[in-house]
Amino acid sequence: MNQLEKLESQSIYILREAYREFKHLCMLWSIGKDSTVLLWLARKAFFGHVPFPLVHIDTSYKIPEMIAYRDRLAREWNLKMIVGSNRQAIEAKETFPDGRVDRIACCRSLKAEALKRTLSGEWPRLRYNQQTEQYEPEQYQEAYTGVIVGVRADEEGSRSKERYFSPRDQENEWDVGDQPPELWNQFKTDFAPGTHIRIHPLLDWTELNIWEYIQRENIPVTSLYFDQGDGKRYRSLGCYPCTKPVESTARNVAEIIEELKSGKFANIAERSGREQDREDGGTLETLRRDGYM
Amino acid sequence: MKQEREQMSIVIVGHVDHGKSTVIGRLLADTGSLPEGKLEQVRQHCARNAKPFEYAFLLDALKDEQAQGITIDTARCFFKTAKRNYIIIDAPGHIEFLKNMITGAARAEAALLVIDAKEGIQENSRRHGFMLSLLGIDQVVVLVNKMDLVNYEQRVFEDVVKEYRDFLRQIKVDPIAFVPISAREGHNLASCSKEMQWYEGPCVLELIDSLKKEKNLTEQPFRLPVQDIYKFTEANDDRRIVAGTVETGKVKVGDEVIFLPSSKRAVIQSIEGFNEPVKREVGAGYATGVTLAPQIYIKPGEIMCRTGEPLPVVGNTFRAHLFWLGRHPMVAGKKYKLKLATQRATVYLKQIERVLDAAELSVDTQKDRIERHDVADCILQTVKPIAYDLSRDIAATGRFVIIDHYEIAGGGIITGSIAETDYIKTHVSEREVAWEKSNISPEQRASRFGQRPKFIVITGTFDGLQANVAKGLEEKLFRNGHNVYYLAIANLLHGLFDAGLGRGEEEREEDIRRLGELARIFTDAGLIFITDIPRLDSYEIDILKALNQPNEILVIDLDEYVSASDTAGESLEILLKQIETVLYQRDIVWDYSI
Repeated sequence: MNQLEKLESQSIYILREAYREFKHLCMLWSIGKDSTVLLWLARKAFFGHVPFPLVHIDTSYKIPEMIAYRDRLAREWNLKMIVGSNRQAIEAKETFPDGRVDRIACCRSLKAEALKRTLSGEWPRLRYNQQTEQYEPEQYQEAYTGVIVGVRADEEGSRSKERYFSPRDQENEWDVGDQPPELWNQFKTDFAPGTHIRIHPLLDWTELNIWEYIQRENIPVTSLYFDQGDGKRYRSLGCYPCTKPVESTARNVAEIIEELKSGKFANIAERSGREQDREDGGTLETLRRDGYM
Repeated sequence: MKQEREQMSIVIVGHVDHGKSTVIGRLLADTGSLPEGKLEQVRQHCARNAKPFEYAFLLDALKDEQAQGITIDTARCFFKTAKRNYIIIDAPGHIEFLKNMITGAARAEAALLVIDAKEGIQENSRRHGFMLSLLGIDQVVVLVNKMDLVNYEQRVFEDVVKEYRDFLRQIKVDPIAFVPISAREGHNLASCSKEMQWYEGPCVLELIDSLKKEKNLTEQPFRLPVQDIYKFTEANDDRRIVAGTVETGKVKVGDEVIFLPSSKRAVIQSIEGFNEPVKREVGAGYATGVTLAPQIYIKPGEIMCRTGEPLPVVGNTFRAHLFWLGRHPMVAGKKYKLKLATQRATVYLKQIERVLDAAELSVDTQKDRIERHDVADCILQTVKPIAYDLSRDIAATGRFVIIDHYEIAGGGIITGSIAETDYIKTHVSEREVAWEKSNISPEQRASRFGQRPKFIVITGTFDGLQANVAKGLEEKLFRNGHNVYYLAIANLLHGLFDAGLGRGEEEREEDIRRLGELARIFTDAGLIFITDIPRLDSYEIDILKALNQPNEILVIDLDEYVSASDTAGESLEILLKQIETVLYQRDIVWDYSI
């Protein structure tokens, strides 16, 4: 087995464990390349199906192509698509682009808070109806006890301390100093009422692995990742006011892989285009404790 | 595409302050694996702060950059030699973080264990040595560090080697090599040292490059622990796929397989996948799925094996080496959950043979509990039989973890099987001796009722259907003049049984036990006693059979009568007719009374 085959096999094992052990399970889909690879791995694990809902937190500031791409795949792959957002803050314009709060506060409110309340079922969830092709309010909202997330250990500092199965308490808090042991493919799948578990099948993948896998499997990703002729492309996707494209002429997956292996990005962090990381002292740990992905 | 470079994970362990960070710093520097200018930057930083430069600072600087907590969690760094790429897992040396050390070490293929030549063997030198052996890491290189502090004396090195080798022998660990080093001065790491001419080599980097990749797991007997059985019918997919990861061996389409502990057999009909070419064969390491012919009912957790190959042991009592991390000690008589491959089972600690105290290096055979950070040789017993291998035969199905109060509190490897005592059999014979017999004989009752007493259990995998069949059968027999009684478990939950309990695996075991006892009473009264229990496995059937003795049991598995698409109401009558025929053929109800 080569490295990609090993990573794929391990991720599938983790996804199947999660599906077996958690009755109320969902997967976060940020529309980015990592969580799209994760979604693809779910189709691999479940032989073409995705047997749990996908949750997307819409800040209303996502790049429009991302939303179009999300709805296209939801339709084509017959996904159980759920969308949540912090409507109140968006309507009250309590956001960074509106100039009312700083970047970190905006992330905390439109992403972390919206995510927490959507997962717990406190705030309304919209569900994609495959017949009408519209989003409709979900009828019965139960709290998710297992949440699959596409974080990678190599992304930034705090993520390298994660486990594959990582417990969170009622307030979404993560106790970095006291984490469960993981050995022999045995994970923390037992949890006390009121707590939930984050599941990280991509923990051992690197940015390069992700692109190599996208190439091997021919996974559709949004065109935002590729240079469209202006010498710019996105390396990491987020809200347009806070995510800047990087200078790059990579026009396809193969060119991105080449760029990562030997080109100019070989030694530059992937999230260097994300402004909020810088404001959080480069670690994201503050945000992550609050449940940021 | 370029040939992929081989990658290997190595964990570095040892007592706190014995020099793990310095060893790593040196390896990174001497193999040119540091980012450009890093070495110079750290040197200057030290000079500015008027402290002597140490290689350990390099690692700290790298970790700070990655914002990794060095004291509490495992950290990973990377270096490469001409031969391959390495991931070095830096495991914490402090006892408090043993579970982090285990998490890190469990991912490694080999280990470097560092001992301070001056301070000698310490508590965690021993404990980590033991952990490595339990975790199944059999490639261990012992680095006797800080030789510069003992004037590079061969005698000091040899004393440490002798003492530590004696300890390792007790736990049956045979290290690849002992190397005298000075990480600070760089002796015997990347190249052999002039200071220690008495040591002829090899140096640490040579040893690391000589470590072997994992054994060829494909050559071992086939083991696929079943993770789940999928049927996505709502998405118009009729495949019934048995999913799991192949731990060892290989299997191909057409092979006969056996599932343990249920002993059910079937033939591999197809190997399933998504977005990949059709496979005829699949081997160790792959997460896969198969369809079977015939479609048998098996449970997640069973181990799929190939008939004709050595099979796992099926039993409930085994000997194990176990380490304990739980906040509360492990004690006899307390119920724990065991996870072995994909199996889950209720388990009890039966007996502690000995507890090894790493701090004192003493063996305690009197201890009645396994404390946090203890390593013990003990006997465990599961309530139901499980399938397992001895760890020395097949590692993946010979090791387990123990869950206590939602947490992985311990882990271990199975070292031997123990013949089990049959508690049910003992219980039944005691019960029968004590049984007060009535003046009316079973024959008199049978003759009066025109029937043999029978315990009929309707089982299967169709939710709801079992109860309908059981009730329909009761009605049919009743109309035919039989003395028959249907009882659902639900009827007992708020009276005879304990409704306060949840209804998980453990409660199911207890429900089945009590139903078996009740059946003994009802059949003694001469009745045909009917109940329905979904998804009975062969072990549960044996329990019911034993408890109902001396009377007879008939288990009707609806899966053998109905296909999945055929559960509609109109077929109920046909089903009942079939079952009635069985009762007639087996001489349970008699001809003239029907």
